[in-house]
Amino acid sequence: MLKSRLSGFIFQLIAFFLALGFVSLILVAVGASPFDAFKNMLNGSIGSMRKFAEVLVSFVPLLLVTAGLLITFSAGLWNIGVEGQIVLGAIGTTWVLRLFVDSSVHPAIVIILSIFGGMAAGALWAAFAGALKTFGGVNEIFGGLGLNFVSTALTLYLIFGPWKREGVASMSGTEPFPDVFALPQVPDLRISLWSLAIAGVAILIVYFILQGTYFGLKIKAVGKNIRAAYLLGIPTWQYSLYSFLICGALAGAAGALQVTAVYHRLIPAISSGYGYLGLMVAMLVNYQAIWAIPVALFFAALNIGSIQLPILMHLDSSLSGVLQGVLVLFVLLTEGVRQKFVKKV
Amino acid sequence: MNQETLLVGLAGVLAAAAPIIFAVLGETLSERAGVINLSMNGTILLTAMSGFAVAYTTDSLLLGFLAGMVIGALVALVVAFASITLKQSQVAIGFVLALTCRDLAYFLGNPFMGVSGPRLQAMPIPALSAIPIIGPLFFRQELSTYISYIVIFLAWLWIFRTRPGLMLQGIGEKPAAAYIRGANVNVMRYVYTVIGGALIGLAGPTYSLGVRAGWMGTISGLDGIGWIALSITIFGGWNPARAAFGSYLFAFLQWLGLVLQPVLTQVPSQVLQVAPFPLMILTLLLVNIGDAEWVERTLAAMPETTRKFMAKLLRAMRASPPAALGVPFERD
Repeated sequence: MLKSRLSGFIFQLIAFFLALGFVSLILVAVGASPFDAFKNMLNGSIGSMRKFAEVLVSFVPLLLVTAGLLITFSAGLWNIGVEGQIVLGAIGTTWVLRLFVDSSVHPAIVIILSIFGGMAAGALWAAFAGALKTFGGVNEIFGGLGLNFVSTALTLYLIFGPWKREGVASMSGTEPFPDVFALPQVPDLRISLWSLAIAGVAILIVYFILQGTYFGLKIKAVGKNIRAAYLLGIPTWQYSLYSFLICGALAGAAGALQVTAVYHRLIPAISSGYGYLGLMVAMLVNYQAIWAIPVALFFAALNIGSIQLPILMHLDSSLSGVLQGVLVLFVLLTEGVRQKFVKKV
Repeated sequence: MNQETLLVGLAGVLAAAAPIIFAVLGETLSERAGVINLSMNGTILLTAMSGFAVAYTTDSLLLGFLAGMVIGALVALVVAFASITLKQSQVAIGFVLALTCRDLAYFLGNPFMGVSGPRLQAMPIPALSAIPIIGPLFFRQELSTYISYIVIFLAWLWIFRTRPGLMLQGIGEKPAAAYIRGANVNVMRYVYTVIGGALIGLAGPTYSLGVRAGWMGTISGLDGIGWIALSITIFGGWNPARAAFGSYLFAFLQWLGLVLQPVLTQVPSQVLQVAPFPLMILTLLLVNIGDAEWVERTLAAMPETTRKFMAKLLRAMRASPPAALGVPFERD
């Protein structure tokens, strides 16, 4: 056990350096210095307090989404629809905020209600994917992808239709909400400690569910061997649905915080690809919830660190995506090599 | 709308469906052999970019298309190696490749953004293109569109009318039985995944050197097409003819969205562009729902005539995936 964990760690380290080497080769091929690129990314993410605050802004939705995906992954489900669940969370939150925009209800209550509204909407959207799978036989990957497209269509419809800005509708989104509807931020920085706390609590809850509860054990049983779980008397389709609902609610919370703490309105690209990125983080941490914190922080740092690359080095900022993807790719490949060759010895 | 513009529009639908057909048929071959190549969305973007980049730098369209096929085959090779040899999850590896190849396309394609390069020209076929209606519809197209007609026919012929095609069906349905019959299951899976990948890799250059000439980075409008192609593969029931029908239907719906835009002014244009996607889910539901147990129960409760009609309808829509799809093969 200890030996396999050690060899796993060594192979992950190898994967990390292979990924760095591969991306360096790509950089050399386009005539850029890998050293400068990595230095600029590091500087762009933790070079100043302001930049690090931006990393945390990106870290919050990523961690929330990853927390939810750890549940669906444990249940053996590929919840690709998580991207749409973030979007619906944002839509639900925007809807609640709009309801109370001219009311005399205390803003704090409105914000709390709106976040719950977002979580409910995200869970509902996840329940769609779950129902399509359980009752319609549609694989969750394809149902989820389809629902992602629908959620984008819905956002655009709302922004250009019923929720359009006074005067002219545009891709810049809906009318920004008054400042009282924003989660309080740290002075001079964009990060809200409230959203950081919500994300932190979420990952702890997920850790607790998976490690310490009978409920978590049943979800894992369904994920490991659905037939055996069924024979043991676990209502498998219900547990699949529960895991969809939890994941959808957490993704919905991510969308809610994008509205109340970051953009203060609904914008077309509100989910910003955090759902797909969260799937990669969840794959990388391999069911270990606590590891989601450093990995999500690292991925968020790459995202923010690459923003300056086009200005500083004339490189496309998608370099962060390449690095993240190549890293997960090499982890998967080295894990396969390890299982194939090391276990037999 | 007069007949002339209608014909031009419909001919455009045939051309727009060509890249989707390449991708869907490539995926169909791969899945028939039992391997899901989920990387398609990234592969199409990467091959679109690299096909354009190669054609632009070498001034050779042929090399551009070849580059696309080689890169598509290489990505598929990674999927095959990880899933067949290393026995890792096909879904995981494919998904990671889908994202990585997409970002790689944006990263490497940066210098080629917005430059104008070579593109395919329409190649009317002598005599055939002069036939009224049929000529302008089918035979005044680009070379890639003609190739798409041929590929549909060849893929169908190969799978359903040849011995190796029969073996292909076998390794996807009952690999153990095919193995006993002398098929080297894993080698064949490698071969079909790589050939399928090369076909998917043809889709990218068909966009960037034809249908939507050029490379525009994130605003190329190609992100998402691969996911659509994956659902059309299911809609197509792993049958090239039905898959081609699905591709044409999708291209037709997208065209219809454009045509209807001036009529349906109250619907924002952005919504019409994505309207085919929800329809895709609906068809997926119809394709799969016949297998659900509660449907059978509901059907049984219906009056005789309705029941027969509904059952027939569901059976016609239904498509079952190859039984061993995504399952690694081990001889023992």
